[in-house]
Amino acid sequence: MTTTLTNLTLKIWRQDGPGDAGRFETYQIPEISDEASFLEMLDVLNERLIGEGTEPVTFDHDCREGICGTCSLMIDGQAHGPQRGTATCQLHMRKFQSGDTIVIEPWRASAFPIIKDLMVDRSAFDRIVEAGGYISADTGGAPDANLIPIPKPVADAAMDAAACIGCGACVAACPNGAANLFTAAKVTHLNLLPQGQAERFKRVEAMVETMDEYFGSCTNHGECEAACPKEISIDVIALMNADYRKAKFKNRKALSRI
Amino acid sequence: MRDPTGSVWRMAQTLSRGPVTGTAKPAGKRKPFLLDLYSTAVGKKYVMAITGILMILFVVGHMIGNLKMYQGVDADGVYAIDHYGEFLRELLYPLLPKYGALWIMRVGLIVTILLHIHAAYGLTVINRKARPVKYQSPRDYQIASFASRSMRWTGVIVLAFILWHLADLTFGWVNPDFEYGEVYRNIDATLSRWPVAIFYIVANVLLGIHLFHGTWSLFQSMGWNNPRFNPWRRWLAAGVATVIVVGNVSFPIAVLAGIVEHPGVS
Ligand code: HEM
Ligand code: FES
Repeated sequence: MTTTLTNLTLKIWRQDGPGDAGRFETYQIPEISDEASFLEMLDVLNERLIGEGTEPVTFDHDCREGICGTCSLMIDGQAHGPQRGTATCQLHMRKFQSGDTIVIEPWRASAFPIIKDLMVDRSAFDRIVEAGGYISADTGGAPDANLIPIPKPVADAAMDAAACIGCGACVAACPNGAANLFTAAKVTHLNLLPQGQAERFKRVEAMVETMDEYFGSCTNHGECEAACPKEISIDVIALMNADYRKAKFKNRKALSRI
Repeated sequence: MRDPTGSVWRMAQTLSRGPVTGTAKPAGKRKPFLLDLYSTAVGKKYVMAITGILMILFVVGHMIGNLKMYQGVDADGVYAIDHYGEFLRELLYPLLPKYGALWIMRVGLIVTILLHIHAAYGLTVINRKARPVKYQSPRDYQIASFASRSMRWTGVIVLAFILWHLADLTFGWVNPDFEYGEVYRNIDATLSRWPVAIFYIVANVLLGIHLFHGTWSLFQSMGWNNPRFNPWRRWLAAGVATVIVVGNVSFPIAVLAGIVEHPGVS
């Protein structure tokens, strides 16, 4: 049954540009359907702001179905808001109540500079993936699919890690601004599979060290896992830590002599 | 979407792309292996974890050794714990000189603790730099425990306690009744003072909190993660913390309750 929420107050972080000082601004939402998604609620607000001739609130979004990783937002102190296992675009207003005050902030990390209002630049993630988040494949005739047997549990574990959509909620939620869950998910999803073995140790070394250039360190708080819209387990971080250790020792003995 | 200011178009454009970093670090520019490893945050966490394990082993051993104070006097009229102190000083004698093994352990522990502190400091600096502008509204933490978020505070207070403890029971500087080698007497002398006893209790409870997170966390840092034993890590951490806190806190309580009492101490 549809109900209508009334009298919502939004406190939204507004910031004109990357270097500018920001501030919270307060907006009223007199009424909104509980079937509206959180982002649709912001759309309604923006329509109104545009109609009033003022600057709409800039925020990131694209697919609006939880698969692209573009949306973000720190909602009431939680990355992607109060609902577990979903991105902001999958959050609906029925999670809130009439009269609520909702505070919306951008992700905050030095590696994610604010572009404007709630939009941040997450290209530091691209740097990490460029360092090793791929496999090298020979060109030529396309091989048949499923030629390489992979045990089902391994395929499942790799798939769980591959579910990462790169939204940055792990960094945003981490008290240390660490990107270990993101990096570990990318490392794990390739390192578990046969196709990823050739570059396994080079990959983990390069990705961890690139991550190090931008992000904080992991204290194993576990906030990233709680914030992850794909509920990726911090077990992948342990796997990355083990592979990084192996990579360092392996490299010393043999790989670095190449 | 229309936007009179045109700012919508800025959405599509990424900021300038940085260089592709990749693996290509010139081989010659690398630091020596261990320093290279330690220069990364993950490497610092290995150091935190390994030094943490060494200190846990030490603290557990230290606590078990101190249980000797409940054994009272031996057949020769000397307190069992005083014998134990002598045993430590003469450990491996005559293979090593007297105090030899003790000093090897001491130096090892000093290096261990300095590494633990240095890595903790380095990680703290990294973390501060990673989020220079804090969230401007209150965070709503989901999982992070009091223990995990207070590691720095519990660590620093434990450090203060360790320094006091050395000045108190190793060197006797802050223990007015101190008699070298008379372990039982010195324990009674210092812990029958209320403020000192309370400091011992508080510091050990904080150490327990530090270890409740630390013992669980070190497996993660080392990558010793196995779904078969993961559920046990919490219990292990709770067990280690409980054993250490219960054992260590019992000592000041035993002194205050008169269970541990030396006739020479008023
Ligand atoms: C001497 C003062 C101490 C300081 C300043 C200190 C500080 C810290 C800090 C800040 C961390 C968290 C690091 C991070 O992940 O960001 C930590 C972790 C840890 N500490 Fe300490 N600590 C001290 C003493 C001790 C002692 C005496 C023990 C053991 C008896 C201990 C055992 C551990 C363990 C096991 C960890 C977890 C390591 C990991 O996460 O891999 N610490 N310490
Ligand atoms: S907009 Fe694509 S995941 Fe939310």
